[in-house]
Amino acid sequence: MNLVGKPIPRKEGRKKVTGQALYVDDLSFPGMLHGVTVRSSVPRGRIKNISFDQPPATAGGSDRNIPWNEFTIVTAKDIRDLKLGENYVALILNDQPYLADEVVNHPEEAIVLLAHPDKYLLEEARRHVSIEYEELPAIFSLHDSLAQKEIIWGDDNVFKKFLVDKGNVDDVWAKADFIVEGEYETGAQEQLYIENNGAIALANPNDGVTVWGSMQCPYYVHKALIKLFGLPEEKIRVIQTETGGGFGGKEEYPSMIAGHAALLAWKSGLPVKMIYDRAEDMVATTKRHPSRTLHKTAVNKDGKLLAMEIDFVIDGGAYCTLSPVVLSRGTIHAAGPYFCPDVRIKSTAVATNLPPHGAFRGFGAPQSIFALERHLDKVAKTVGLTPEEFRRRNFIHEGETTATNQTIREKVDMDGLLNRAFELSDYHAKRERFARENGSDRPSRIRKGIGFASFMHGAGFTGSGEVYLQSVVGAEATPEGLIRILAASTEIGQGTNTIFAQIAADALGLGYDLFEVAQPDTAQVPNSGPTVASRTCMIVGKLVESAVVGLKQTLLGSGLLKDQYTQAEFQRACGDYIEKFGRLQSFSKYQPPPNILWDDEKYQGDAYGAFAWAVYVAEVSVDLLTYEAHVDDFVAVQEVGRVINPVLAAGQIEGGIAQAIGMTLYENVVWENGRMKNGQMTNYIMPTAADIPPIRVYFEENPYAYGPDGAKGIGELPMDGPAPAILNAIENATGESFNQIPLMPEKMMEDLVGQG
Amino acid sequence: MRAYVPSYQLISPATLGEALDVLARAAGAWQPFAGGTDLMVLLEAGKLPHKNYLNIWNLPELHGIEVTDAHVTLGALTTYTEVQDHETLREQFPMLCQAASETGGLAIQNRGTIGGNIVNASPAADSPPALLAYDAELEFVSAKGSRTIPYYSFHTGYKQMNIRPDELLRSIRLPRPATESQHYYRKVGTRKAQAISKVCFAGVARMDADRIADVRIALGSVAPVPLRCVQTEAALRNRRINAETLAIAKAALTAEIAPIDDLRSTRNYRLKVSLNLLEDFVLRLAPTF
Ligand SMILES: Cc1cc2nc3c(=O)[nH]c(=O)nc-3n(C[C@H](O)[C@H](O)[C@H](O)COP(=O)(O)OP(=O)(O)OC[C@H]3O[C@@H](n4cnc5c(N)ncnc54)[C@H](O)[C@@H]3O)c2cc1C
Repeated sequence: MNLVGKPIPRKEGRKKVTGQALYVDDLSFPGMLHGVTVRSSVPRGRIKNISFDQPPATAGGSDRNIPWNEFTIVTAKDIRDLKLGENYVALILNDQPYLADEVVNHPEEAIVLLAHPDKYLLEEARRHVSIEYEELPAIFSLHDSLAQKEIIWGDDNVFKKFLVDKGNVDDVWAKADFIVEGEYETGAQEQLYIENNGAIALANPNDGVTVWGSMQCPYYVHKALIKLFGLPEEKIRVIQTETGGGFGGKEEYPSMIAGHAALLAWKSGLPVKMIYDRAEDMVATTKRHPSRTLHKTAVNKDGKLLAMEIDFVIDGGAYCTLSPVVLSRGTIHAAGPYFCPDVRIKSTAVATNLPPHGAFRGFGAPQSIFALERHLDKVAKTVGLTPEEFRRRNFIHEGETTATNQTIREKVDMDGLLNRAFELSDYHAKRERFARENGSDRPSRIRKGIGFASFMHGAGFTGSGEVYLQSVVGAEATPEGLIRILAASTEIGQGTNTIFAQIAADALGLGYDLFEVAQPDTAQVPNSGPTVASRTCMIVGKLVESAVVGLKQTLLGSGLLKDQYTQAEFQRACGDYIEKFGRLQSFSKYQPPPNILWDDEKYQGDAYGAFAWAVYVAEVSVDLLTYEAHVDDFVAVQEVGRVINPVLAAGQIEGGIAQAIGMTLYENVVWENGRMKNGQMTNYIMPTAADIPPIRVYFEENPYAYGPDGAKGIGELPMDGPAPAILNAIENATGESFNQIPLMPEKMMEDLVGQG
Repeated sequence: MRAYVPSYQLISPATLGEALDVLARAAGAWQPFAGGTDLMVLLEAGKLPHKNYLNIWNLPELHGIEVTDAHVTLGALTTYTEVQDHETLREQFPMLCQAASETGGLAIQNRGTIGGNIVNASPAADSPPALLAYDAELEFVSAKGSRTIPYYSFHTGYKQMNIRPDELLRSIRLPRPATESQHYYRKVGTRKAQAISKVCFAGVARMDADRIADVRIALGSVAPVPLRCVQTEAALRNRRINAETLAIAKAALTAEIAPIDDLRSTRNYRLKVSLNLLEDFVLRLAPTF
């Protein structure tokens, strides 16, 4: 049948475009209340008093009193009084409370929850909860945190540190022909999924807690609710509803909103729905970690990398959440797809009084890769080589080692990707033409430039992460011979349902329509791990393949099916088997590929089973009247193993590049005392289709032996390359080196013409 | 939705007379609701202070575009889409059409009105600079009658304007030019659609050989009001295009505008870009450009 490699239509596509797909806000339950959150208005302080007020009698505001006795009200105290579990969101360090108790550590921290049947009245009530604080000094930048201007977390403001040491860089500096240093910064970015965060909960001592919600990782929510309610795992049920995008923003945050809805439901005894509006979602939920990277690079006169010293810092916000993992990924990717004998990477995740930063597509790698790929253009210039030639001399090859001393055992051809990307983008001819035009006597006010970045992205959890996860996928046949895939991996718009069905259908040689992916529901599906880290296709897809093959083997073993079968025979055999034995199921558990060795202490070894490799070329124009840069053309060449579904895969690449263009030139989070000041789509300038160039996507296919049908991960890769490629192109256009993103027109003006 | 919706009211009078009577009865009690594209944003955010609205969308007297020999008259409820579709406007008032095409996205262009854009009085609105440069006049109606004023006298301070609570803006009248002019409109909003202007520049000029015979310039987002820049115009009028003219005009513009730092941009950026656009506008007028 060979469905893999074909643009099979999305499983749930028709339901989505006809409006039949049900998102959490489409669900309703009898007697349901609505819930809202009252949040801190100060970045750091002690809560002195909470009062529930009335609108002043004369105000033009509301003309009615607020019937506080009708409201369900939950504060941190209720978690104790109701004898529930722990007031923290269980994740890595368990430092983040569900509801602030005595102290707040960032603006928009949840303090009080309110529920009422009338959602308009609820909003009016939210405005009349007054909280008094004794303010404490706060810090808002990673620089202030590192300098310990104020200690706001632990003993030293540090959530996590890593050290990667390969060889000894200290021995190299003296013998280097060139030493090049640089500093690079990236800003926060909002995920801006279309559907805001939302959840509905039913909770009472008899039935336990059931939550429906928009999320990436049902079992993360499950784990968090077990702790919050102090209930056994079978008393907690988490169901993913149709989800309108996540990009990491629904990795850890849903545990928070689900817990809040469940607390209100528990106290009121009624179902409670909480749906954030855009303004709340933007100011209160997680964003991409801002970062700062220092590079010091030793090179010889032949342009060979001798040593790289990298100091990578990310701003985790007020609580740890996933910062250690984000830091880990940023660290491992910081030295890129190059061979360098001596490398030292020091990395630190620090606390500030901003709302916690969290998972966002790329997970730290876009930040450290931005720094590296900007820096290498600087190194090339210092050495007197073109950016291209410098990279060619240092690309990693099969048999060479990465920064963590991982020996690359797969075929990798960065030169080939570069050649193809340059040919498709007409790089050399354009580089020449733009140099001529920009250097002419009367150059146009529009300067053109072209630049590129070369990079890699590891798929799946780092090192031994996949082994710890112990992911399981199930497959189950119905008497009619239809097959349901049971996994907690979520469809969040990226195509999980479709590729799982493609992989499963090909594994059994059956038709696509026979396969259905079950709605992720912790009471029904095993834990196949979180839907993150570009792992769903490569890791979970492989488990899908072996789970369905398990069904076939059971049927063959039972004698009800012969080796050569038609679809009808297979379906009949399922029916026969179920009649005879009751049910036909098969489960498959993660087995690591051989020879993956990782030392978590030293951060050495095989960081990833496989990497995706890429070269991206950006062409830009810079308008010197308005200091606006526009990306005019974009060529993305990548090797991601075998492509399962070319339309979905190209969609992932295009979407990631568009999101990265936003991060590079448009999306600037304006902070004021730790609060996002431009938390509206109006003033947070996410690019629209009119700002996005044609994105030309090309795949080289080099099947990966341990991925399903040879596939590797793909989802995060496209977030990594655009920012440095675009800023390299802007340097080519203007002659000016910009080392910070987002590069807003105001900043570009300051650097090009001075402060005015 | 953060507003307490039950406290809001919207009434829909059947005729203009009825609408004006409602406005006259209790001054300031009712506010017009046209396309609602400004008002609904505030309502959603729970920041719409006024509670009682008068829906004027169905009043035919406020719709339609009329062309005479001397004028084009736009009903206050003319939408951005209607502006772009109108042949005479496209030929003689291209900056207004460009402003309309760069306002919001398609949905907003179908529903938002020129009248609403004017009376909402945002200094960042995109059609006012074009209307100011085209010497528009505004006609107001009330139960007492009607009056017409030049648009440049309408905005008197930040969100302050020359309109009484019992009045409706009925129409916008544009004098048709007798001769060919050059038009230069540029909205700077960082993204190409759904943008709020950081700077918006509208300039129209007529050359007489190598001299600037007539020029009108207006800017948005650089002052508390959409600003007609009469000093800058004076600095350019009857002059040849050369470095000295440019320097004088730029000095005049610098003195005339008052950009600020805010959430969206900086004073420095707005000033520098305004000057750049002025220079580009003037240089393009030169016969040798
Ligand atoms: C997504 C989005 C994008 C936008 N993009 C832009 C943009 O790019 N550029 C831009 O300039 N604007 C933009 N706007 C703002 C808005 O669309 C315009 O200002 C529009 O022209 C307002 O017209 P309206 O008919 O919808 O006004 P309404 O919201 O109905 O009214 C606005 C104000 O004007 C008053 N009013 C309206 N008509 C009259 C009348 N005839 N007489 C007296 N008072 C009256 C009302 O009482 C109210 O105070 C955008 C808005 C949104 C939501």
